[in-house]
Amino acid sequence: MTHWIILPVLMPLVGGLLQLLTQRCGLPAQRVLGLVLTGGLVALSIWVLVMGQSGVTQVYNLGNWPAPFGIVLVLDRLAAMMLLLTSVLAMATLSYASIMRVDGQGPHFHVLFQLQLFGLNGAFLTGDVFNLFVFFEVLLLASYGLVLHGSGAARTRAGLHYVVINLIGSTLFLFAVGALYGAVGTLNIADMAVKVAEAPAERSGLITAAGLLLLMVFGLKAAMFPLYLWLPRAYANTSAPVAALFAIMTKVGLYAIVRVHGTVFAQGAGELAGLHIPWVLGGGLVTLLMAALGVLAARGLREQVAYLALASVATLLVAIGLNRPDSLAAGLYYLIHSTLLTAAFFLLADLIAQNRGTASDQFATPALLPTGKGFGIAFFFAVVALTGIPPLSGFVGKIMILDAAMAHPWRWIVLPGVLVSSFLILIAMARSTSFLFFRPQQAENQTEDVQADDLPHKSAMWCVATLLVAAPLLVVLAGDMMAFTTETVTQLQAVPAYIEAVLRNPLTGGGK
Amino acid sequence: MEILVAISVGVMTSCGVFLVLRSSTFTVVVGLTLLSYAVNVFLLSMGRLKVGAPAIIDPAAEQYADPLPQALVLTAIVIAFGMTAFVIVLALKARGELGNDHVDGRDFTRNKEEGS
Repeated sequence: MTHWIILPVLMPLVGGLLQLLTQRCGLPAQRVLGLVLTGGLVALSIWVLVMGQSGVTQVYNLGNWPAPFGIVLVLDRLAAMMLLLTSVLAMATLSYASIMRVDGQGPHFHVLFQLQLFGLNGAFLTGDVFNLFVFFEVLLLASYGLVLHGSGAARTRAGLHYVVINLIGSTLFLFAVGALYGAVGTLNIADMAVKVAEAPAERSGLITAAGLLLLMVFGLKAAMFPLYLWLPRAYANTSAPVAALFAIMTKVGLYAIVRVHGTVFAQGAGELAGLHIPWVLGGGLVTLLMAALGVLAARGLREQVAYLALASVATLLVAIGLNRPDSLAAGLYYLIHSTLLTAAFFLLADLIAQNRGTASDQFATPALLPTGKGFGIAFFFAVVALTGIPPLSGFVGKIMILDAAMAHPWRWIVLPGVLVSSFLILIAMARSTSFLFFRPQQAENQTEDVQADDLPHKSAMWCVATLLVAAPLLVVLAGDMMAFTTETVTQLQAVPAYIEAVLRNPLTGGGK
Repeated sequence: MEILVAISVGVMTSCGVFLVLRSSTFTVVVGLTLLSYAVNVFLLSMGRLKVGAPAIIDPAAEQYADPLPQALVLTAIVIAFGMTAFVIVLALKARGELGNDHVDGRDFTRNKEEGS
């Protein structure tokens, strides 16, 4: 009985509908319901992770149709890890949104939030490319609403770009899926891996084109060079909890690359094996450099954090592009670290911007921070973790990725690329720290009343602190975490076992 | 028929790409619509083109059309329809808030006239 696999997808969907009904009871009721639902999702994800820990790939046939014909949900360690990461992140951002009353700035925040989780969880669990497209659309549609939540001309402008570029991405996704279906005649990822390996040589051109088109779509979601230009503006202009939740959105693109390309174009695919790898590695390195320059050039703190998010995605692309078990394991460790820390930094940047009065998060105008000490400590902590200086988790993650890169033929490009960009980011962050905290002056029109609502800010700091605690925790538990991610990668790269599990999954009730 | 379908997909795609690259939101929306039409025809043709063949089991049928692309196209149409509606509303909102229908929210022609 594997019916429970569908629970992480069903729960936010039902939750979203419940939120729609609770709307007339007012925001406080929605907040309580949202926190209860998301808390339940965290508990469920922990349970799913424990269940997935057995190392067996578990498969759920939707509607009890056998695998290549029906749609399947597949749960392995990687999917379970992503589910838990999403729900933990959602819990922190939803608490922040409730405390800071961001959810009241526009209608339907809680509904969209649950539907966003529905799309994310579905995308992590699905074992079918077209179903992946549908879940991408669900999470994108919810994200369109969330990006535009609240209002303002800058947000609308950035939102319009975000929506249009993602709609074009969806169209390309359909072209890629259609071409792949035309070439191999299946949409199930496991079955596709079998058919690509058996495909005749004259089909390989079409499969290559479709595979790379699909990579382009995932690269767009993950913000890979040259398709990253939408990210900084959209993330910098949306409301803080949404930007923090979106720390996981770019990771969906990375997850899709690992899941689809890593399975279909694995070792068994013959001459097509690893056709995406050079593009991912090259794209990742250029993105990393561009992100570092963006961090240097940013005019406001939120824009800077958006570029930091881009830099973390680029580092992950490099880790995937190295395509070695140890680099992937290090990459997964870095993924957990960067998702939680980037989210914390987005929330922290918002708190700092609100406390600087009209100076907001801009670096142009100096302004006094009323409660500088707490912010300063948190900011310093986040900077140390994200730029990858010892002793926090960013350092551990980066050193493991670089260690894996030592055995790669491209090491003389990868090593300087990662190190130089880290150095540029370090310079930029040191400059922001000194500007924000060591040169504060009373801005001309900054009034004292920003201190008036200090209490929500104090409780909001707890949300940030909870996320920041991940950094030392990840260092202390680095051994256990690496053991877990190594096992995850071992399971991920055992493609024949994955295919076997999906295509030979017995139907419930002994049908067939 | 293959050539006709291929040409129509190609023409629609290129027109769609051209329109998406224009600077006003209305043409971008029209371009997105054309792109989604093109992809629907493309998806349908990926199940191989057959005339008069049923997609469901029929004892009298000699050959079958592939039902899967038809299901995909149906899903894609629904999604594209919803998305088009959404992006039109968003374009209207942008027109209202930014004061013009340029995709970047800036009206270059008017600035030039004011400047001269």
